[in-house]
Amino acid sequence: MNAVLQYTVQGLAAGSFYALAALGLAVIFGVLGVVNFAHGAFYMLGAVAAAVLLDTVGMSLWLALIVVPLLMLVFGMLVERLLVQWLLPLDPLYNLLLTFGLTLLLVDLVKRRYGVSGLPYERPDVLSGRIQVAGVGLPIYQLFVIGVALLVCLGVWLLMTRTRVGMIVRAATERPELAGALGINVGRWVTPVFGFGVALAGLAGVLAAPFRAITAEMGSDFIIILFAVVVIGGLGSIVGAVAGGFLVGLVEAFGQAYAPTFAQVLIFVLMAVVVLARPAGLFGREEATA
Amino acid sequence: MTSIATAGASVTEQHAAIAGGRPWQRLVLLAVGLLVALGLPWFVYPPVAMDIAAWALFAVALDLLLGYCGLLSFGHAAFWGGSAYATGLIAIHFGVPFPVAVFGGALFAMLLALPIGYLSVKRSGIYFAMVTLAFAQMLFFIANQASSLTGGENGLQGVPRSFFGIEAVETDSFFFYYAALPIILLGMWAAWRIVHSPFGRVLVAIRDNAPRARALGYDVERYKLIAFVLSAGLSGLAGGVFAVSHGFVALPELHWATSGEVVLMTVLGGIGTLWGGVIGAGLIVLLADYLASSGFDGIGIVTGGVFMTVVLLFRRGIWGTARHLWLTRRRS
Repeated sequence: MNAVLQYTVQGLAAGSFYALAALGLAVIFGVLGVVNFAHGAFYMLGAVAAAVLLDTVGMSLWLALIVVPLLMLVFGMLVERLLVQWLLPLDPLYNLLLTFGLTLLLVDLVKRRYGVSGLPYERPDVLSGRIQVAGVGLPIYQLFVIGVALLVCLGVWLLMTRTRVGMIVRAATERPELAGALGINVGRWVTPVFGFGVALAGLAGVLAAPFRAITAEMGSDFIIILFAVVVIGGLGSIVGAVAGGFLVGLVEAFGQAYAPTFAQVLIFVLMAVVVLARPAGLFGREEATA
Repeated sequence: MTSIATAGASVTEQHAAIAGGRPWQRLVLLAVGLLVALGLPWFVYPPVAMDIAAWALFAVALDLLLGYCGLLSFGHAAFWGGSAYATGLIAIHFGVPFPVAVFGGALFAMLLALPIGYLSVKRSGIYFAMVTLAFAQMLFFIANQASSLTGGENGLQGVPRSFFGIEAVETDSFFFYYAALPIILLGMWAAWRIVHSPFGRVLVAIRDNAPRARALGYDVERYKLIAFVLSAGLSGLAGGVFAVSHGFVALPELHWATSGEVVLMTVLGGIGTLWGGVIGAGLIVLLADYLASSGFDGIGIVTGGVFMTVVLLFRRGIWGTARHLWLTRRRS
């Protein structure tokens, strides 16, 4: 029982990174129809930016949690304006290829600038150590990550369901032609939405900075698992991205605990089962996934 | 929306290309291609020449799927690397001549492609790319874990180059090139035959209008699966030759970066041109070799930049652009 609680927390913490980043991927796919291969690289940039800001200007984690996503928002909007927008009228595979090229470029740029060994990151004292819950010592930082992820997901959910902006974005996600026909200028939201999705990947990166090794390659496995997450949850489904993220995190944690040899393979087995049984994903709609 | 395969070249252009223009043009192209293939190890370091040939077949195999089925596989490293491991293991444990091991590896790649293809062809477009990518990465993790068989991160060492006891081939890369070239050329001929067969025409029909092909009574998923398995087999031939040429198999052969690299070669050469991939492979291998020997360690900066430039400005690729210019000039 104690072990189960411990692995659950561990899995939910790992799942938090997937859920946040997959949320960004889903929003971008929903509004732009682009699968952003560079999402793993943006996650890596978020972590590297947090580490560099701590090292150079001594920026705390608390401040970095706000500043880095804002920087990534601007960076994402620039990427959309300078690169992604030119390929939007074409087959979406072109933007997958473009962002793939961008990934190679960003990873090697970071590698040349900061080397291949990891950057250090000290977590704040408040978040170190363990807290006793039901006789089990749970790492405070993992609980903190889960808390932040849930708060952000809740915030995005409120933004989507309670505000006019959210309504427009949802309409553009679910039925872009219909939204356009009703006089909504879908195109106006393309750049901010792309930036917002990139900011979510950056936020996941900042949260991962004190928790994972910060290297140029940290996004390269991450993006593949992220793809599995959105295939499982249903591409373009916002609920699916979050649920899929936490689910994959749990599968990973329990896999590592009980079948360490197959931990990484289990995620893809889960994906294969979903593709077989429900090709559109757990929360996807059939017509939205062609 | 135009599909990725037809966005570069117009449909009439592709028909003109499939018809092949005048017979003498085809013969001249074929002769030039064969001369380049035969002369290559005189001009570049023979192991690099072998790399170019292997990657060229790999790119042609990918274009068979991308250009003629409209399916972008981002997981072809599974078949290239899977066959490399299978070829290496067969060569190590059975000591057979290397062509036998290579064909064994290609067969293994096709067996591997059956379940992966069966699951993947249920989706198309962007979903297909993501699902193939994920399955290939699953194989990467399995190979990493099964280190007693594959050597894990150290790679599979000591793949022999056994060739009927002919010492020149077994020890000298220059002669090995000529012993392995027939396998590569056989693979390319097979790709050409597939594209120009009735089966290939059905694939193009499915690519251009799947519902219509289905309405005409073709089992679309089955055709796609067969094309996927054939493409995997050709990739396997290429990967097997690559493994024997290097004498070892490294884990990155299975990584998604390898899948991405072959996509880059195909796109650079021109999607749906079949032979464009050969030019793309030659350029990228030579570029990587030049950068490595000049001590520049950020090769991703160059290849990533080339990739983005091609996709943004140059979507027909090199062969596609040349063909377009040739056809428009002839028409006017």
